[in-house]
Amino acid sequence: MKILVPVKRVVDYNVKIRVKPDGSGVDLTNVKMSMNPFDEISVEEALRLKEAGKADEVVVVSIGPPKAEETLRTALAMGADRAILVETEDQVEPLAVAKILRGIADAEKPGLIIVGKQAIDDDSNQTGQMLAALLGWVQATFASKIEIGDGKATVTREVDGGLQTIDIKMPAVVTTDLRLNEPRYASLPNIMKAKKKPLDKKSPADFGIDTAARLKVLKTEEPRGREAGIKVKSVAELIDKLKNEAGVL
Amino acid sequence: MPILLLADHDNATLSDLTAKALTAASKIGGDVHVLVAGKGAKAAADAAAKLSGVSKVLLAEGDDLANNLAEPLAALIVSLAGTYDTIISAATSVGKNVLPRVAGLLDVAQISEIIEVVSADTFKRPIYAGNAIQTVQVAGAKRIITVRTSSFAPAASQGPLAAVEKISTAALSSSLSAFVKDELSTSDRPELTSAKIIISGGRALGSAEKFEEVILPVADKLGAAVGASRAAVDAGYAPNDWQVGQTGKVVAPELYIACGISGAIQHLAGMKDSKVIVAINKDEEAPIFQVADYGLVAGLFEALPELEKGLR
Ligand SMILES: Cc1cc2nc3c(=O)[nH]c(=O)nc-3n(C[C@H](O)[C@H](O)[C@H](O)COP(=O)(O)OP(=O)(O)OC[C@H]3O[C@@H](n4cnc5c(N)ncnc54)[C@H](O)[C@@H]3O)c2cc1C
Ligand SMILES: Nc1ncnc2c1ncn2[C@@H]1O[C@H](COP(=O)(O)O)[C@@H](O)[C@H]1O
Repeated sequence: MKILVPVKRVVDYNVKIRVKPDGSGVDLTNVKMSMNPFDEISVEEALRLKEAGKADEVVVVSIGPPKAEETLRTALAMGADRAILVETEDQVEPLAVAKILRGIADAEKPGLIIVGKQAIDDDSNQTGQMLAALLGWVQATFASKIEIGDGKATVTREVDGGLQTIDIKMPAVVTTDLRLNEPRYASLPNIMKAKKKPLDKKSPADFGIDTAARLKVLKTEEPRGREAGIKVKSVAELIDKLKNEAGVL
Repeated sequence: MPILLLADHDNATLSDLTAKALTAASKIGGDVHVLVAGKGAKAAADAAAKLSGVSKVLLAEGDDLANNLAEPLAALIVSLAGTYDTIISAATSVGKNVLPRVAGLLDVAQISEIIEVVSADTFKRPIYAGNAIQTVQVAGAKRIITVRTSSFAPAASQGPLAAVEKISTAALSSSLSAFVKDELSTSDRPELTSAKIIISGGRALGSAEKFEEVILPVADKLGAAVGASRAAVDAGYAPNDWQVGQTGKVVAPELYIACGISGAIQHLAGMKDSKVIVAINKDEEAPIFQVADYGLVAGLFEALPELEKGLR
């Protein structure tokens, strides 16, 4: 079985972003970029399935600017076999990403697509579900455990009230949650090796996909700020403040 | 055209998050029809019929719909979509699972986790863990929206009773996925997403036993819900559904008490709209103090038992 893993290049999770003063967007100049953390988890899961003999090839794909090649090289250094870069300078919305991924799935015929639950830049949490819809495949979102069986898989999902376990028919789209695994780091020799692994370049037009935005962003602004309050010296003072000043007890 | 609101419920009870999403739906304007899809869900439908602003409840019942599986639920919503220009749901694990699938099937963009309705086609939503707020306008005729419920007050439950109409689910049957089991937390404490007071513990707790020993007694005294940081959940000190943050639950209680939590961006994303924030941390430089109204620099193993004793 082949596993397809989409990986997105996003602002590193440690960076506190700044909004441009003119409200036109977020300032990304000279900001550290990394692989979306959920996608690292997806790559790790795909590699573990391959190591367990459940999969024979792991193909990673990114849709983004030429620099997204770095993100793909990171995935290759972790152990993925092959990469596809769909180059575009546009901000591609989840629906268009899903359509491009469908195009890739049609060509590659994976048995499983492991998508991150959410990209930490747009916080959309949409792409995997949309992709499953477009393919007419089953989806298992927010996975914290995946067990592959014969033509099916059992997935444990993190839901609001706790955990839900479902059985799904393959091929399927699974989206990853934080507790699925702990992604490995790429070793230096593997980083060197990754430079020679195959990376195909494509464009959205190759899949007949128009990446024009459906949603118009009118403005991007800072959230309502919150001022630091005061330090209290003791638990007794804290209780007093909460009762008599804040009125919340 | 009317708005279709997907109800969140467990068949027996309607989640109060539906009442919050209803407030957002009502702001968009137009009649609101609530879809209650489940099995043996009459009670939830009756509760939905009481909410002010609901003009009709659609009750769809069937084996396929018993466990909120995405495929049959999305198929059902798509079968109804023709008569609605807006399909909306609370951003719960059910809404987040199924609505993007509906959007994919209908070829419509989704707007996730709105925090404000600016006008019928324009909404505000947080990006980058809430560090920026985008105002987005929908171009097409259809809108698919999930609602961040911490930003909306619940609609009152005293409207004139809306009619409950049963709808057919004959065409749904999906054999793509099958429900195996739910392992849901059971607790007498209030739910995180509706509690007035929340006390949360972080990595500093060090073990599930300590979490129980120092956090829970204070929670009991306060009638509070209990939350946790990702680090505490990952380490197994608290269950996954207690996680507060960018990728956990987003809460905005009257009072949020963060204990032994450093205040990473991802945690702040889930609680910084709380009315009053208290931080207890032994490191006076911890970033959590930058958002706290009241900070106490102290070891939590000493401070929390003292707090518990001091409360009555
Ligand atoms: C993709 C992604 C998503 C994430 N989503 C979330 C999320 O939804 N929610 C979330 O919370 N995190 C999330 N995180 C993790 C986040 O980045 C932090 O790692 C996490 O919040 C840290 O948890 P913590 O504050 O408990 O632990 P730490 O950062 O280790 O902080 C522990 C704190 O306890 C204090 N302390 C230690 N001992 C004591 C004591 N005896 N008494 C008092 N204080 C003490 C320390 O001074 C320190 O400030 C996410 C990360 C990523 C990459
Ligand atoms: N431009 C992209 N390139 C590759 N994968 C993407 C891209 N955008 C989204 N994804 C995938 O979809 C997941 C969810 O993204 P989102 O729906 O934007 O929150 C991510 O974790 C990725 O796995």
